[in-house]
Formats: sequence, structure tokens, C-alpha cells
Amino acid sequence: MAEKKTKKETAPKKKEAKTESKAAAPAQAKKAIAPAPSAKDARIGVFICHCGTNIAGSIDIKAVEDYAKTLPNVAFAANYQYVCSTPGQKIIADAIKDHNLTGTVVAACSPRLHEPTFRTATKEGGLNPFRFEMANIREQGAWVHMHDREGATDKAKDAIRIAVAKASLLQDLIPKSVSVEKAAMVVGAGVAGMQAALDLANAGIKTYLIEKSPSIGGRMSQLDKTFPTLDCSQCILTPKMVDVGRAPNIELMTYAEVAEVEGYIGNFDVTIRRKPRGVLTPEEAEARGIVGGGCNGCGDCDPVCPVIQPNEFEMGMKPRKAIYIYHPQVVPLIYTVDFDSCIKCGLCVEICGDKKAIDLEMKEELVKVKVGTAILALGYDMFPIEKKDEWGYNKFENVVNSLEFERLICASGPTGGHLVRPSDGATPKKVAFLLCAGSRDNTGIGKPYCSRFCCMYSLKHAHQIYEKIPGVQAYLFYMDIRSFGKMYEEFYYRIQDEGARFIRGRVSNILEDPATKNLFIMADDTLLDRPMKLEVDMVVLAAAVQPSADTDRTRKLFGVSCSLDGWLLEAHPKLNPCGTTTAGVYVAGVCQGPKDIPDTVASAEGAASAASIPIHKGEVELEPYFAQCIEEKCAGCGMCINLCPYQALSLVDKEGRQVMEVTEAKCKGCGTCGGFCPGGAIWMQHFATPQIVAQIDAFLLGGAK
Amino acid sequence: MAEDWKPQILGIICNWCSYAGADLAGSARTQYPPDIRIVRVMCTGRVDPLFILKAFTDGADGVLVSGCHFGDCHYLEGNYKGAKRMFIMKSLLKNIGMEDKRLRMTFVSASEGAKWAKVVEDVVNTVTELGPNPLKELAK
Repeated sequence: MAEKKTKKETAPKKKEAKTESKAAAPAQAKKAIAPAPSAKDARIGVFICHCGTNIAGSIDIKAVEDYAKTLPNVAFAANYQYVCSTPGQKIIADAIKDHNLTGTVVAACSPRLHEPTFRTATKEGGLNPFRFEMANIREQGAWVHMHDREGATDKAKDAIRIAVAKASLLQDLIPKSVSVEKAAMVVGAGVAGMQAALDLANAGIKTYLIEKSPSIGGRMSQLDKTFPTLDCSQCILTPKMVDVGRAPNIELMTYAEVAEVEGYIGNFDVTIRRKPRGVLTPEEAEARGIVGGGCNGCGDCDPVCPVIQPNEFEMGMKPRKAIYIYHPQVVPLIYTVDFDSCIKCGLCVEICGDKKAIDLEMKEELVKVKVGTAILALGYDMFPIEKKDEWGYNKFENVVNSLEFERLICASGPTGGHLVRPSDGATPKKVAFLLCAGSRDNTGIGKPYCSRFCCMYSLKHAHQIYEKIPGVQAYLFYMDIRSFGKMYEEFYYRIQDEGARFIRGRVSNILEDPATKNLFIMADDTLLDRPMKLEVDMVVLAAAVQPSADTDRTRKLFGVSCSLDGWLLEAHPKLNPCGTTTAGVYVAGVCQGPKDIPDTVASAEGAASAASIPIHKGEVELEPYFAQCIEEKCAGCGMCINLCPYQALSLVDKEGRQVMEVTEAKCKGCGTCGGFCPGGAIWMQHFATPQIVAQIDAFLLGGAK
Repeated sequence: MAEDWKPQILGIICNWCSYAGADLAGSARTQYPPDIRIVRVMCTGRVDPLFILKAFTDGADGVLVSGCHFGDCHYLEGNYKGAKRMFIMKSLLKNIGMEDKRLRMTFVSASEGAKWAKVVEDVVNTVTELGPNPLKELAK
């Protein structure tokens, strides 16, 4: 009975609130600010979640609920086991209708987790979804004060009081819907980037594939065999490279990097810097009016070039010229001039003749493209293992890293696939492999993480020398063998059967015999509990991997965060492993964390699928956290204009004076302008000054009166 | 100062880095003192000096503003602007005779849950040592 009475009393109030919000819409259209709802009329519902024992285990839910009921503006409070469950959400929707609520507060987990859920529930109850505020009493409450029930309960009460204060002042907001450009970008053309680009292209999406080196293929193209199947890496990769080169939907830009990124999901304006390649493709030649010209990859220029440089693709173990291709299977098959070493003698131009493919005066070029979504597949570099001084890399000739070993054992490598000692070209008979070289290293010099694929490729390396060198002995110094994948453990057994010796222990030191260039390995065999000394012909360091050199610069352009060790941070490690905190930007492959090839390809396909969703949908909703100008208060000083990192603000003439105007499409809602405006003339939607001040007052003065 | 006095500390933290870092501390169950209350903003660039003054005049014993590391701001450079304002606020506090240590700006990324716990612990210790906000006494 009593409840009914309240209902009757409040019914007109709700109407008031509705008309107010309706009035707000046209007001917004002409860029004036609707007055904030007055806290006086607010009727807030508070819903407290137990989250099983996650919250209830450390917080006295009943006490919190009883407290919430005493707060000003709280018209309803309830607790439930799991508010995010279907019945839990129904409690919210029903309460809004039954108690004529004007806003809702859910005290549960982090808004970063369940804000969308409860906004939907609020909407289902008939309210604008932005009338919802969340009190985080789990991640920032119960879970961090597990042994302080009183402290956690007090903190939860305060968190709810603060949330109620804000919820009382929230406005109706309408998300802005923007169209999505039907094009995507993939940065990095290793196996991850290639796979993602192919998937996008096959789904009918125009895809720009940007690669910083002259050829696509990435690290995988440098490998000889792949574990555990022993497929030839190039043999399985080159068909994909060819597909990428041919796909009509892929616009391949090699020898290029991202220079600038502007815009937001659906509408990224990306500027690409095309480094001067010095060589024209047939298409570029045609554009310059050279008929039948351009580089056809004949290679006539290579022998005449007098400059010799180390070939990066061969880890510097093979020479290349100043005009070069990395290897015969490059895509695109276009030569590149290394302007850092080119002496511009012009011999290549002469021999190229009528094709007129070489332009030694070529300048870098900036190209602008518009894309809806982007995938970062930035790959990895080897950890500079010379930093681990005790293993003598770069000091002793016969200590190589695993990528150098790949080239030395590869049939297309500098030695034609014959493993030789760098010091004398002799075939090694005793080869030691050091696993976890720089990985799982807590000394501060190496990396604390497991690089994940070194165990398996070291097993593969051992197999390869048994296959190629009769009478060879492989020694693997390991901490643990992590052979976790499909058919991996079986591969490990196979290498054991082939005769490789496994020594569990870390190598403390490597010394060189100056006469023979043989290496002495000092280690501790922890299984036999005794120190050992072993003479070998060659040492291969399974060096840790680290983010590629350009990762940090590129991720900042796209606004993507990284974890402590520099790998790109996914939106959620388990439930959104391909997304990032920047909407419309996704990650694929090792740049997110060490992965072997199957995992890399799987993550690339995941990222491609995620990146295609907004494009196929055609439009996305942006959170309406835009800045608005309160024109009566704006003095037209223009201080905010320069503060805006997105050039979203401008001064316009209105009724004979200058006032600020916001271009909503450009505004991302950071509030940097609103934090400074001397006149308080900027209204940050959903984070407005009165709302935040109400939160501060609620905390320190005990709630709005 | 009463024996059981606990400081009242306001934390204004950005959604993308520090708030996510604080959530990470939660899922990792990293324990820290409960004497802080959080107001979430999208960016520390949003932090109006007014909020700091309001908090102190309301009787806050300490204020922590925490955002992304420089160069990591989700909005490119909001944290620079925020940090600059906090420097000004610190000198202002000093000028009005208040310990500037009551205001702290830190940079905690989304992957630094453990750092967040340390920061809060450190701020709570600092403010506890300084004692209650002197403005509270004056207001009486």
C-alpha cells in the first residue's frame, strides 16, 4: 500500500524528467547545453552484487544495503547473488519501472567489465542507458582488502555514496553513430600480417598491408624448417607470399612505415611514409610514361654495383650490393637501393637501360589512406644476447644465435645448408644448444618471461644436425623443456631417441681456446648435482625474443598500450586477446607476446575476424563523452583551442561575439579542455564538472543534501 | 591526533591506465590499505585544479591523481597537461602553507597492478604521517 502511494506521488516527477530530457535533444542540436537534472528530483536504485563470495566474502552486503537505503535520492536498494545474471538484470529493469527510478547504481565489479551489461539493463527498464553509474567494490574493494572486512565494507559504502551522487546528476545521452570506411590496414607483413591481410581481403575488404622492409615474409621466411612437422618454412610460406602479392583486394606497400594516425574507429586517416626505394615498379614506370619499363627483377644491376654491404636477411653472413633483393623469392620482386651506402655512380642506371627502372634521386613520399580498422602485426627481434657477457656472443666466433643457425643450416643460406664453424669453415662435430638464453632471466639483464618457442626450435636444430652431419653430438642445456603443443612432446621423445644429450642446468660461463677456437662450457648438471666442463666445436644460443625495434613508436601512433616488457597490451588477456583499448585497433602475432607459428596464424585469423566486424556492420557507436560549450559562460578566450590534441575545437562568431564550437566527430572526450577552461564554460558530457564535484562532495561531506 | 585516525584520500584516476592498473591489482589480489576513494575520469587532462581545491576545502587529507605514463596517454598528451596543472597546484598548496606532499601525481599503466598497490600504500603512509588536513581544524 505504502509502495503504491510513493508510485503515485512520483509518477508526475518521472514525466518531468522525461520532458526535460526531450528538451535536451533539440538544445544539443544547436550546441547549447541542457541544464543538468537537478539532484532534488533524482530517484536512484542501488543494486549490490555478491558475485558469489567474490564480494560477499570480504564485504558485509547487508550493512552496505542498509546504508545505501539511508542515502539521499536513493529510492530503492537491493542485493543479489549475481546482478549480471539474467534474473539480476531483470531486478534492475523491474525496479526502474516499479519505483520510477531516474538512475541506477550497480555496486559490483569494474565498469571496465560490466558497464555495457548494466547499461543495457537500465535501457530495458526504460531509462537512457547513460543514467547508469557503477561502484567498483570488487577489483578495487573486496579483492584488495580481503582481510579487512570493516575497511572494505566502509570503502564500499563510500563508493556507493559517490556513485549515487553522480547518478543523481546524470543526463540522457545519445551515442553518436558513425559510418565505417570499408577498408582495413595491416601493419607488418610477417606471417601474422599476411594471414590477417589475406583473410580481410578474402572477406571482400580492401586492405592496405604495410611492411617496413623491402619484402614481405617476416621472420618466418628466414627459418629453414618448422617444428614438429619439419615442413620447409619457405615452402609453406612462399605460396602465401605470392597470394598476398596477387590478391586484388590487397594494396601492398613494402619499404614503408606508418607516419601518422588520426581519427577513430571507422575513420582512421593514416599517413604512410614510403621510403625512397630508388627503383620503380612497372606500374610506377607506366605512370611516369615509361612504356614497358620498371623493375622486372632481372638482376642485371646487381653484378655492376661496386658497393658491398652485409645482407640483413642472412644475419649479415652473406654480402649484398647497394642495390639488392634479400633472396630470390622476395615479394614484390623489385630491387631496392640502399641510399645509406649507395655512391650514386650510376652504373646500375646504365645497365638497366630502356627499362629506366632506377631513379637515384627518388624522394620519400607520404601517402594518405582512410581505413575503418587496423591490425598491428609488428613481430619481434632477437634479444641482444651479447648483453649476457658470460656466453661470449660477439666475442667468440663460434658462438652464434639461433636465427644465425637457421640461416647456416638453410639450403638457401650463405653456406648452402652446410653447417660450418664461422671461425674456420669446418663442420662441427659437437654442438651445444643453450636454451633460455636471456629468457626466464631474473638478473635484470635478460627477460623475465618465457620466449615460448625456443625449446621447440632447439629440438628441431638438434634434429637437423643429426640429419645432416654423420657422427655429430648435440648437447642441450635446458631449465625445463616446454613442449606443450600438439605433437610437440612426441617430437621431444624423438630427439632424445636420436641421441641428443640433455643437461638440466644453466651455463655459467663459456671460454674459448684461442688456438682451436673450440669452446669450453662450464655448467652445473643439476640432475646429477655436479659441476661439469664440456669442450664443443660450436655453441648456439636460443636467445630470447623482444618486441621489434619499431613497436614502441608504432603502438603510440595507434594509441595502444604495452605491458611491462613492451609487448602490446590486449583488451582482455582471455576474452578479448586480439582487441586493444583503442576501438578499431587489433593485434596479431608475436607483438602481443611470444607465439609459435600455429598460434601466430590463429591470432592473425582472430584479429582479421574482429577487424572485419565493424566494417561489415557498416557503422559503430561512439560513446557520447563529447565536450560541449556553455555559450553563456564562454568568453571566447580560445585557451581550449590549443589544448585539444584533436583539433576538435574552434572559435566561431555567434551573435556578435566569439564562442568556442566543438566538432563532435573529432572530439574523443578526454576532457583536457574542460579541465582548464577558466570560465567553466565547457561541459564534458558524462564527466561534467558538477557531476565530479558532487562525487568529491559525496565522499568528503557525506553526500549531496 | 586520535589513535584510530584514518586519512581520507581522494584518488582521481584515468580510465585507460591507472584505473585499469587498479583493476589488475584487484584480479591479482594484491592487497593494499583501504583508505582511498576513487573518482574515475577518462583522462588526467580532465582534472580541473578546482577538483583538487574542492577536495582539500572539503577536508581531504590527501589527493592522488594518477594517469598514463608520458607518451602512453590514450588521448596523446592529456597526461602532460594534467601533470603540468598538478605541479602548479603543488606550488599553490605550498604558498598557502599546506604540505604539497598531500597532493601526488603518479603514472601507473594498465599492466602495473603491483605498482598501483605500492603507490596507494605509499600515499596512505605519507598522508598518515602528515596527519589530518589543517583546513579541517581551521574550519571549526
